[in-house]
Amino acid sequence: MAPKRRCLESQRTESAQHGINIGPAVRQRIIWGSAIELGPMPASVIEVSNLEKAYGSVHALRGVSFAVAEGEVFGLLGPNGAGKTSTVEILEGLRKRDSGHVSVLGLDPQNGGDDFRQRVGAVLQSTALPDKISVSEALALFANFYKRRREPAELLKRFQLEEKRNALYSQLSGGQKQRLALALALVNDPELMFLDEPTAGLDPQARREIYSIIEELRGEKKTILLTTHYIEEADRLCDRVAVVDQGRVIAMGTPEELRRGSAGTTSIKVKLAHPADLGTLEGVSDVSEADGGYVLHSARPPQTIVALVKHLEGSGNELLGLEMASPTLEDAFIELTGRRLRD
Amino acid sequence: MRYSWTLSKVRMKLALRSPAFIFFSLIFPLGFLFLYAGIFARGNVAVLTYLMGPVLSLTVMGSFWGLSLQLVTFREQGILRRFQLTPVGAGALLGSSIIANYFLVLPTVALEFLICHFVFHMQSFGNLAQVFVLVSVGAAAFSTFGLTVASVTNNTQETQVINNVIWFIFLFFSGATAPLTILPVWLQHAALFLPATYLVAGLQGAMLRTASMQQFLGDAFALIVGMVLAFEISRQLFRWEPDAKVPSRAKAWVLAVMVPFFLLGMWENAYGHRLKEIRQNFQSIDQSSQQAPSSHK
Repeated sequence: MAPKRRCLESQRTESAQHGINIGPAVRQRIIWGSAIELGPMPASVIEVSNLEKAYGSVHALRGVSFAVAEGEVFGLLGPNGAGKTSTVEILEGLRKRDSGHVSVLGLDPQNGGDDFRQRVGAVLQSTALPDKISVSEALALFANFYKRRREPAELLKRFQLEEKRNALYSQLSGGQKQRLALALALVNDPELMFLDEPTAGLDPQARREIYSIIEELRGEKKTILLTTHYIEEADRLCDRVAVVDQGRVIAMGTPEELRRGSAGTTSIKVKLAHPADLGTLEGVSDVSEADGGYVLHSARPPQTIVALVKHLEGSGNELLGLEMASPTLEDAFIELTGRRLRD
Repeated sequence: MRYSWTLSKVRMKLALRSPAFIFFSLIFPLGFLFLYAGIFARGNVAVLTYLMGPVLSLTVMGSFWGLSLQLVTFREQGILRRFQLTPVGAGALLGSSIIANYFLVLPTVALEFLICHFVFHMQSFGNLAQVFVLVSVGAAAFSTFGLTVASVTNNTQETQVINNVIWFIFLFFSGATAPLTILPVWLQHAALFLPATYLVAGLQGAMLRTASMQQFLGDAFALIVGMVLAFEISRQLFRWEPDAKVPSRAKAWVLAVMVPFFLLGMWENAYGHRLKEIRQNFQSIDQSSQQAPSSHK
């Protein structure tokens, strides 16, 4: 089914169209095609305007623009290949941009040099360290690189790695490695942190541990740019989220604003006695199977339910259970793109 | 410099935890020592003194293999990528490899001398000052040569192929294994363009105390210049990302490392006496081994 996307391309702000820095003067929400100015924005730590990047014939970034305020946890949410990692690696100074304006802590990451690196911390999409280095050695080594530093002993305690202080990197579990990566990102007490898919590949328990850590950092008013393809992660951790798809920001706002923006879509969970084809029911924009039943997303839930009942009566099927839920961030994503985040 | 030293200390610890390092940096060189001393020298101290030049050279040149592979492996595994986010630059990372390797090579060299003294009863250690300088400069130079190879290769497989080719040439055409004098004359002249030849001949001259100050300084200077060129080329071509490829044209810069040895080779072939000295050293040892097959007690 075609996405009910209010295309943002034709409604970019004047500043973005002319390649002018979109922050910090004006705080914006870009939802459902409308760019709403909300007055002065707190000091921006990150400003991105019309960012473009191509890898050969593949256009990874096609004019990404956003700003991140000080003390904010800002999420880039999108599927694999949307352009999240390319964006964050350009902001970290690991990749060169093709065009566009980027400012991180008032510096250009490409030319920021030592000053830039002293002030930022990052967790890469995959962090690798030498196999034979111990946890405490890694922390001590990285701490030595910075003028401002946290005590490795304090980080070991905070990230529950005390028992593993003498363990070699190769002996750590995935969750422990990710906690170490976070500890390394904090070793210089940075003004800004980049977390690129910090929970990718982790089991639910390990993921919850990482969430707790990030929530603590959020409580400390750390400025964090987080990329993820987990909707619950963006929902739980982020103050604001930019939904990225195919190299563009297609929506931006707080998780609540994005959910409200898809208020036209309600999630209806049904359990039936027999399988059925529910995609053609009135108002239904998406159908998926889950937990032995179906989840329908509908812009007109009353009409959908009536159509459902008629369909079931006509086919001799039986409704075993029905549940309606308020729109989630996933609903918002589906409405924006016409597909699931993990399709 | 501070970053290099910090990294060096950690690298030394990591090396000592690696079984492969222990084998190739300790057991392998000592194996060569016992092979040369026990079989080639047959306990003849004079011959052993002569062969210490090649033994020490092989110990020092091992850096070439180890550091090139390590750098490429770190890049492939994404380890360098994490360091790119820190204030540590390429120069500090490369410098730490060289420094760590140097401090790891020295104990092996010292152990070789101790074995020669206590096991094979070698009493004379030649001009120790010259030996120390050449070992030091040689370890640093061959480390950087290895790092230069890593700067132009894209994966471990490619690195191993190129290392094998270069190592083969160093091993067999410099006097490190077969004495240079038994090779065809044209090969002897060609060997004068190899950095390994000056290391081997220089250490032999230092051990036998036959090297003139001019030759010693020439050998050391050529190795230092080669090292500096190799270091700067490695730094300029340094890549942090696993998928970053070096442009084909850039690979030609590696040849710049050979410039001092090319010039030295031209000079030695035209005006020098290096081959004459090498032949004289070999002949004196050859006579010594025939007169006194074994002085081993």
